[in-house]
Amino acid sequence: MPRDRNEISRRDVLRGAGAAAIFGAVAPSLSAKEPKAIEGLTMRGPGATPIRLLINGQKHQVELEPRVTLLDALRDHVGMTGAKRICDRGACGGCTVMVDGKTVNSCLMLAVDAEGREIRTIEGLANGDQLHPIQDAFVKHDALQCGFCTPGMVMSCTALVESNPNPSLDDMKAAVAGNLCRCGTYPHVFDACRTASKEMKK
Amino acid sequence: MSPDKFRVGFGKQTREVENKFPPEAPPVWGADKQTDVVGKDHVRPDAVDKATGRALYSQDRRFEGMLYAKMLRCPHANARVKKLDLTKAKALPGVLYTEGQAGKRITYAGATVAGVAATSEQILEDALRLIEVEYETMPVVATVEDAQMDGAPSVGRRGSNVNQSFQRGNANRVKQLHARAAKVISAEYRTQVQTHSCLETHGSVTVFKDGKVTCYASTQATFAWRQGMARALGLSADDVTVITEHMGGGFGSKFGADEWDLFGARAARETGRPVRSILDRREEHMVGGNRPDSIQRCTFSASGDGQLLGATVESFGTPGNGARGAGVFNPGIYRFQATRQVGHDVRTHAGRARAFRAPRHPQGIFALEGMMDELADALGMDPLALRRKNDPNPVRQAQYDVGAKEIGWDRRKPGGLGDGPLKRGIGIASSRWGHNGRPGTVVRCRIGRDGTVTVFNGAQDIGTGTRSVFAVLTAEELGLDPSQVRVQLGNTNDPPGPASGGSVTTPSITPPTRQAACEAKRELLEAVANQFGGDASKMDLKDGQVIGGPKKLTFAQACKAIAGGVVEGTGRGRGNLFDRSSGFTREVAGVQFAEVEVDTETGIVKVLKVVGVHDCGRVVNTLTTRSQINGGIIQGISYALFENRVLDRRSGDMLNANFLDYKILGAVDMPEIVAIPFSVAQGVTPSGVSSLGEPATVATAAAIANAVSNAIGARVRKLPMTPDVILSALETI
Repeated sequence: MPRDRNEISRRDVLRGAGAAAIFGAVAPSLSAKEPKAIEGLTMRGPGATPIRLLINGQKHQVELEPRVTLLDALRDHVGMTGAKRICDRGACGGCTVMVDGKTVNSCLMLAVDAEGREIRTIEGLANGDQLHPIQDAFVKHDALQCGFCTPGMVMSCTALVESNPNPSLDDMKAAVAGNLCRCGTYPHVFDACRTASKEMKK
Repeated sequence: MSPDKFRVGFGKQTREVENKFPPEAPPVWGADKQTDVVGKDHVRPDAVDKATGRALYSQDRRFEGMLYAKMLRCPHANARVKKLDLTKAKALPGVLYTEGQAGKRITYAGATVAGVAATSEQILEDALRLIEVEYETMPVVATVEDAQMDGAPSVGRRGSNVNQSFQRGNANRVKQLHARAAKVISAEYRTQVQTHSCLETHGSVTVFKDGKVTCYASTQATFAWRQGMARALGLSADDVTVITEHMGGGFGSKFGADEWDLFGARAARETGRPVRSILDRREEHMVGGNRPDSIQRCTFSASGDGQLLGATVESFGTPGNGARGAGVFNPGIYRFQATRQVGHDVRTHAGRARAFRAPRHPQGIFALEGMMDELADALGMDPLALRRKNDPNPVRQAQYDVGAKEIGWDRRKPGGLGDGPLKRGIGIASSRWGHNGRPGTVVRCRIGRDGTVTVFNGAQDIGTGTRSVFAVLTAEELGLDPSQVRVQLGNTNDPPGPASGGSVTTPSITPPTRQAACEAKRELLEAVANQFGGDASKMDLKDGQVIGGPKKLTFAQACKAIAGGVVEGTGRGRGNLFDRSSGFTREVAGVQFAEVEVDTETGIVKVLKVVGVHDCGRVVNTLTTRSQINGGIIQGISYALFENRVLDRRSGDMLNANFLDYKILGAVDMPEIVAIPFSVAQGVTPSGVSSLGEPATVATAAAIANAVSNAIGARVRKLPMTPDVILSALETI
């Protein structure tokens, strides 16, 4: 996943080095050291801080600790539970959303890093009862079983069919390479991508 | 009225059986029954909710003031909790409930030491880190071999770690057969521990209100779960409601209310707040259940013309720190003159096994089908010919034709041929499962004056499309499209339904669903007769119309005749709605073929194609049936090539308890899959519907292993078939 150099993801925080200096200690009660300010960077936290998120074209204001991921912000603070927390470390794609038009694992991005960027989630795909062509194709082809991987799978396929009018089977596999499904829906997911890309050309 | 006799079977192979179903049973559908709705492709009723992210899972439930609960888990596999101090954790603002005391004996890494409930997940994380705990650690046995060594520490309270769990057959008789056989083959087969890896981890959200409790649980058995929770809380089951509108996979691991669910419920009761207690991924791998491993020592014999004679299988496997559950299913399927099996469960310091999609079968069939190929090689026989010769099941005989044609069995060459490092091979394996319909399900079908049709049952849809089965069968009886039928599932205040396990769901719900729809239809037609005249017993519903009535009426117009607002029918899945004796065969049969390409330099196996031909009785929804066969095969490939729980041999801790290091199959690993539902009117229920979920995953790993062995010309006897296993096998040539 391409990522700007100056961003800090949760992976960096987990690695530890440097991150604490910017975000404050992970937990106030656990750290004796006061974070040092770094020139040119704004201090956020520790403790809850107001954050503005632009989700599906709508502005949302939430108060959360800087260590909260975009996924948890969506689910616990905005009330959008479509994206799922499955592995919580970027290994399964269940939390896939789009940020500035690119798919990201929202469990690997801190909510503070998503400020000022365009976030698109599964909740923003359908227009009322009018499903996005990829959603319609998922329904028709039964590209879902238990449905838990489905929101992430749909987001990855949306990115594919919106950017590639003639995806090959290899393109489809690459598009959902990061989306694990335990029930085994992949063959029907590929069928859905084929149908949706045809549909979108009409 | 149902006929006295009806035909069971498929194609030209049918036979007449007596209709022994009770008078209240829905009309019998014999082999010649033409259905309007059943047996076609139908979109599942909850597909839109799932594709839009609207479907609500336990994880998605949010309540005002909800607390987050989590257990502190022991990193040691054999230990005693010497000291436990919760003071600092309790003092952290936002921590509202804790449990835990010193002294606990730990027999696997991941066992619960303490529990905390707090107002946010962040505070919860901090609180768990503030718990001070000291362990006294002891030596660990993490493998079946270590647990059997002299002086190995006992995993149970005392005694040997090895427990002979079963023995069958006459050892002397088999020995005699081996003695006079033309070919006797002995080999050891090994399979790994596989974790269920449900994408939705175990857990629940519990809400107490006015002495009653509502649990939003991720379970495949709403009623059993409710029973467990009620018992633990000392409540009547009627004071507990379990809601499982959707659940993200179970595969056998989610039958009951677990320790963490009960902790969440106690925290909810004590604090008066809703509590969410849901595992994370690492916990899911370590404590959520697993399929036991196996070591299977086999000796098979055959006559020179390929008649199977005797089979001996001695097996060992570990159900973790539990005492039982590591048996294997074999030799089965093929006809031997005599067999002898001895199974052992070996306790280890490891997370406990749970039922996993077709318990005992994939591991047993892997050894059985490997041995079949080894015998075929020794006899110089085609492996398919050896199976045909020894398979008494007429359904599977027909499936061999279908599958062999689809995979192109004629192209199969002897193993290891061809230039270059890439070798291709084709393999076959069979599956079987019982006709597993069960009594006890009650279904209510309600037709409203406004034309709304709703089916009520309290069971869950585990993801197999159970909602669709209710909708399709009801639509068939009422002459409607399935999209016109609402299905309300997953709430224990509705009538009882089956646990989704053992592939029982579809055969169990089919008779009462049809019965309920037929009864509601009778009520509706009586109402029509009352209002418009005519003889209700001569009327029926078809294509959205009343047929045989006094005037042309659509379904909607007919519903207007319902004087009381609604009519209802109730179907009861009693024992006598299942009659295994009138099945066309005693089991559901399946066969799978696989084609693979193996890189003999790197040892990497690429599966190219898998064909699955599966009898599941009469097929209700061909679309969701194909989904389920695909799923069984895909889990089987994943088991064959990738999945493996790795425990540290010293500490017993799981080293790969995440989805990066515990690999399950992803899209790039996908071969072409051809799922072929093979409909057989099985006669075990009035509708002829039987089981599918589990058999679809039974044969896959064995078929792939046989294809790999065919490709490289060396026998692979170990799962998962990772590159090191392939390269080791190549060294045996």
